[in-house]
Amino acid sequence: MANVFTSIGDWVNERAPNMMPAYRKHMTEYYAPKNFNLWYYFGSLALLVLVNQIVTGIFLTMNFNPSAAGAFNSVEYIMRDVEWGWLIRYMHSTGASLFFVVVFLHMFRGIMYGSYKKPRELVWLLGMLIFLALMAEAFMGYVLPWGNMSFWGAKVIISLFGTIPYIGGTLVEWIMGDFLPADATLNRFFALHVIALPIVLLLLVVLHIAALHEVGSNNPDGVEIKKGPKGNRWDASKPADGIPFHPYYTVKDLVGVGFFLLIAAFIIFFAPTFGGWFLEHDNFIPANNLATPSHIKPVWYFTPFYAIVRMIPSFLGSAVWGVIAMFGSIGVLFAMPWLDRGKVKSIRYRGTGFKVALGLFVLSFFMLGAVGAGITAEVMPVWFGDIDVTFWENLFGRVMTAVYFGFFAFLWAYTYFGWEKTKPVPERVTTHD
Amino acid sequence: MTKRQLLMKRYIFPVALAFSLIVGSVSVQASEEGGLPAAGTNVQDQASLQRGAKLFFNYCVGCHSLKYMRYERIATDLGLSEQEVMQNLNFTGAKFGETVVSQMPAESATKWFGKAPPDLSLEVRAKGADWVYGYLNSFYLDPSRPVGWNNTVFPNASMPFPLWELQGLQTAEMKPVKAGADPVVEKLVLSQPGKLTPAQFQQATRDLTSFLEYASEPAALERHHYGIWVLLFLAFFTLLAAMLKKEYWKDVH
Repeated sequence: MANVFTSIGDWVNERAPNMMPAYRKHMTEYYAPKNFNLWYYFGSLALLVLVNQIVTGIFLTMNFNPSAAGAFNSVEYIMRDVEWGWLIRYMHSTGASLFFVVVFLHMFRGIMYGSYKKPRELVWLLGMLIFLALMAEAFMGYVLPWGNMSFWGAKVIISLFGTIPYIGGTLVEWIMGDFLPADATLNRFFALHVIALPIVLLLLVVLHIAALHEVGSNNPDGVEIKKGPKGNRWDASKPADGIPFHPYYTVKDLVGVGFFLLIAAFIIFFAPTFGGWFLEHDNFIPANNLATPSHIKPVWYFTPFYAIVRMIPSFLGSAVWGVIAMFGSIGVLFAMPWLDRGKVKSIRYRGTGFKVALGLFVLSFFMLGAVGAGITAEVMPVWFGDIDVTFWENLFGRVMTAVYFGFFAFLWAYTYFGWEKTKPVPERVTTHD
Repeated sequence: MTKRQLLMKRYIFPVALAFSLIVGSVSVQASEEGGLPAAGTNVQDQASLQRGAKLFFNYCVGCHSLKYMRYERIATDLGLSEQEVMQNLNFTGAKFGETVVSQMPAESATKWFGKAPPDLSLEVRAKGADWVYGYLNSFYLDPSRPVGWNNTVFPNASMPFPLWELQGLQTAEMKPVKAGADPVVEKLVLSQPGKLTPAQFQQATRDLTSFLEYASEPAALERHHYGIWVLLFLAFFTLLAAMLKKEYWKDVH
């Protein structure tokens, strides 16, 4: 048997000499720093969720009917009459939310340990493009079940483009292919959701990983292992602090996969709607352009960005500023490698100012999420009694928006003017578990 | 600091954060449904589902359909035979494999009630079990309404109360009206008892809500059945993976 495999391997090697080296380059001979911690699980988990979304998506497509008249019914058909259809659908819907959970954590890890800094700017930019594509993919996927929240969410989000001067109105009609989200909208979103965007996502993920493996992974100490001493047990010319990705990180990631699947399975089997956060109550009502849901809000992972759009007031006779701010809140992340001029990568050795600012940034992200999800509007009257909720919510949301953008302004000034007092960075990576 | 303490310090924060997020989102959800009595439904209780189904097919199906629910599926999931379902629950002459459609023509329904009675297949998923249970317990006589009934959970609902002979008649005690404000119901009192005691009626509406909860997601029965085995398997898998990792990482210093 072993001989058969060897000879097949030789046969392939003769014809495609670079194929096996590619496997070695990305797996057995990719030397990753040996000190990865908990935060380094989320990249491989995002890949796992991507595969889950594609595989479950293929099976959903087999029974889904992409038309305004049939979409809602076909989802219920999948939930009730298709063998194991409920499981496939819950895996897909839970996967969508968990995708954002792991991607947010993955991005936070990057900011915390300075993984966007030279020489990894390209890795960061490609990652940000993945995030953009993922948001578009998730938005279009959310519209497909054609529930009432799908319909009204689509209407509100698409009409954001209507705020663009001169071309806005035409643009909105062009996107929807109608005057309201309708059959044409659903059809094109289906095409984009199952074909166009997955291809873009896959391509970007391949580039993201390829770019990473060119420069090598960062680590919790922010030490460049390639610049450290050479020579490890496997190769005298490779970094002393590196270990082969396979088998060391494949088995380690397997533990992460196990924990992650435990959480995912718990949600899928025991709380698939996650209390109305992953699958919303109003989306179990079919789309109805005459009945507006009492609170139109996006799914949880869009709420921080949606809050920003709501908090920016219109002025100069235009509401486009909120939309600019919303896209700006994502766009500014692209500029991270150039905004942050600090020489020290890891939060472990950065100044107190950075730690405090990052903490406030995370807080503002959560609080904006709470505003966008309507939690503040609900909680304020309970906590503070008879107050002007709109006024206080706007004030709170605007302060949080200022903190969100303030993080980037502060980070630039803090590092540009040399105010940061850093701690000495060790020569070699420190602890590992 | 020892290595162990360092590890603790590094892991305790993210774990605590994740945990507090989950608890936080669940408690926000709980507060969302504030003001409604807990339905206390249990879709695992087959007897309760059977009683609920009986109520549904005696009192509700005249106007409300369950258009995604098949008689055959009800029989399988509720532990009933084809004969039992076709004789006791199916009054429309539908086939065993067909879905539950109401006898009432939508056109006349719109004429009688202002709007066609909604399909109830997904009612509990859309509104929540507590809402449905609260709604069924909150009808009161209100001569100012076209059908003579009003509801505190869903004010000005257009539905007459079909379970009145079971519950009896409730009337509303109003709060003192402030100038310029709409009248507000203080509480509901049972002015004329029905066939069931209040406790029995609550149990009956709980059964009915359970049945509707089941109808809104029949897969819930399967979910709970398989879920525990999946979790046990994954726990075992994670344990093996952790042992494998430990073995491989022995030589990383």
